[in-house]
Amino acid sequence: MSTGTIISGVLAPHPPHLVYAENAPQNEPKAECGWETLRWGYERCRKNVLAKKPDVFIVHSPHWKTVVGHHVLGIPRCDGLSVDPIFPNLFRYKYGFDVDLELAECLYDGLKAAGILTKMMRNPGFRVDYGTIASCHLINPEWNIPIVGISSNASHYYFSNEVGDEEMIALGEATRNAVEKSGRRACLLASCSLSHRHFTVESAIPEDMSQEHIYHHGQYLWDMRVLGLMREGKCAQLMAEMPDFVEQANSETKEGCLTWLMSALGVPDYPAEVHGYGSVIGTGNAVVEWDPENAKATA
Amino acid sequence: MSIVRGYIVPGRPHPLLAPEKSPAWQSLRNAYDEVGREIAQLDADLMLIYSTQWISIIGHQMQADPKPVWTLVDSEWHELGEMPYEFNIDAPFAQAYCKAAQARGLHARTVAYHGFPIDTGSVVALKLLNPDNRIPSGIVSCNMYADRGETLVLGKAAADAVRDSNKRVIAVAVTALSNRMFTQEIDPKEDHISSEKDDEWNRKILEILEHGRLEDVSQHARDFAAQANGDQRMKAIWWLAALMGQNNRYEGRVFDYQPIWGTGAAIVGLTPAERASGDLEFDEEDVEVYTGDRNVLSGAGTVADEGSEVETSSTEPSIDGAIHAEKAPRPVGAFPHARRVGDLLFLSGMGPRTPGTDEIPGGPVRDENGKPLDYDVEAQTRAVIANLRTVLESAGSSLNDVLDITCFLIDMKRDFPKFNAVYAETFGPIGATRTTIEVESLPTPIAVEFKVIAAARQNVS
Ligand SMILES: [Fe+2]
Repeated sequence: MSTGTIISGVLAPHPPHLVYAENAPQNEPKAECGWETLRWGYERCRKNVLAKKPDVFIVHSPHWKTVVGHHVLGIPRCDGLSVDPIFPNLFRYKYGFDVDLELAECLYDGLKAAGILTKMMRNPGFRVDYGTIASCHLINPEWNIPIVGISSNASHYYFSNEVGDEEMIALGEATRNAVEKSGRRACLLASCSLSHRHFTVESAIPEDMSQEHIYHHGQYLWDMRVLGLMREGKCAQLMAEMPDFVEQANSETKEGCLTWLMSALGVPDYPAEVHGYGSVIGTGNAVVEWDPENAKATA
Repeated sequence: MSIVRGYIVPGRPHPLLAPEKSPAWQSLRNAYDEVGREIAQLDADLMLIYSTQWISIIGHQMQADPKPVWTLVDSEWHELGEMPYEFNIDAPFAQAYCKAAQARGLHARTVAYHGFPIDTGSVVALKLLNPDNRIPSGIVSCNMYADRGETLVLGKAAADAVRDSNKRVIAVAVTALSNRMFTQEIDPKEDHISSEKDDEWNRKILEILEHGRLEDVSQHARDFAAQANGDQRMKAIWWLAALMGQNNRYEGRVFDYQPIWGTGAAIVGLTPAERASGDLEFDEEDVEVYTGDRNVLSGAGTVADEGSEVETSSTEPSIDGAIHAEKAPRPVGAFPHARRVGDLLFLSGMGPRTPGTDEIPGGPVRDENGKPLDYDVEAQTRAVIANLRTVLESAGSSLNDVLDITCFLIDMKRDFPKFNAVYAETFGPIGATRTTIEVESLPTPIAVEFKVIAAARQNVS
């Protein structure tokens, strides 16, 4: 078996609004339009990622919250109906996908060996969280590539953002090791928004774009700073600033997924491609792709 | 009609799914079962649940699917097994509760979707307290940003809906007390409260609850939450206290107090009683209406603000016959500007405040520190009459239709002659009956207020 590699990493936010606006056949509610810059960004990113023919997507989602350890999806097949508890009016999605169980087991073993508390989720009745479903749909609506899901254990962030990030760095390294060991060509998805202050009421028509804007200017400034660092290939600096970003922009990255992704990618020093940026009920969202192979080729 | 009993119960699934694994969880299960038997004797019409595990961020949600069916697997405790459920939800009550919440300025909506993820806390409580679904139930969400004011208003809206429903209701707050979970694997047999300090705080509030002093605990919930990491800042207590009437007149019973994975899990019953226990100390302000100032997100001029503005200035009657006049000054409490019953129109007390700005024509009667100011009672009286005209006209009536007026003055000696002269200009020819009373003060720094009953015109709906 050849050594596996992480062939790409994507910041893949999961607002259900994007799936709703697209009128995905798996989703029951229907929309007129909405959030096009983000959706078109996803389309471009999807084209790039799928062209590389990944064997598996590994997704870290802030909406599978656990406290006792990091949990890994450990059943061969997941089928079900995902209803967003916050936006049930927008997202009632029938999903079905295969899990790369071999890689999941390998990840579980690797985490354990690294001294990271971890658990396999082996209950066949488990409903996969809506963050995982939305991000995976947006990157591969055909669902024809297996998935490995990792829960978000944010308990280390109770101490401080710095302590939380340390745990996520370890998780990222263990993920990379597991991928290498498994021989897979893996694409990693960090399922989260950037700045995350949001409106607390919904407009009468959810897709009314005249009501959509970033929550406040400070958030926009932070998002642009973060995206600027990504585009310049300064991820070490981004990771150093992450605790402030979380604190000041109430970023959804506080659940750890972006730190996990940066760490798994070996803290990229090459430019990322920002495919799209836009606000969803006031939060800042970007679709961003890291392409390690291309970076090597052009270096 | 009334709340026949209130309960506080824990929402983690261990007593339901794995009591045998730990003496603490078994003990909680026994207490849960005992309460279930007690409830079966209460002849209740509705079990109303507020669960800290049903988190909402866009206002509050009320479950309105009459028959939700699902098999729940907890996202953290999946290894404990499945929780199949089929509940009997009182959907009309959910609608009524939602309307009552909106009438008090809250953003609220009902949800009725197949597969909507009912939270573990609600499922555990309903399965254990109402195992055969004999009592129809209601479930309301816990807004993660809501603070005391908003949660009190949510509780009071529940009380409004309960009062109007004529039902005998059991109120259930599903919440942990101290909420510091162990983040490592533990031996369930050795489960214990994660710190001695949390344990002491839990015991303290349980002692107060055992004395039936729910409102005292509600007043101290902030302190408790800060000290013991109370579950969702302990806001379930605010909801329960507001729903049950904000007093200390209960018979309290602590059925059990145990750890679940380090958190404080208590089962408490509160029965309304005549006797008052101890002194009632209100340290915190009371709130009747939510005014949309939940500015957790520190932005201004947002969609959120506009949304709540629409709700408070709506002319749509939300309660039968209630009239909210768009162009009249905003009421200072949870009441409409007027209410129509048959041929009569009853107006709420009307003062001189300028609609929109709340300025007082002729100046306020005292400054912010309570120092008396010189004011113009004639200007105030004219402003009152102008405001009355606005409300009457928006209800399809007019000043000419006024039948009876009660006038309140804060300084009869100083103000009566001038007030009386201005009054006569408008109401002299109309000939409404009138009573004038001196009162010590009015809710805002004004000198005069009118309470009016008018004839309602037939052709206006
Ligand atoms: Fe999210």
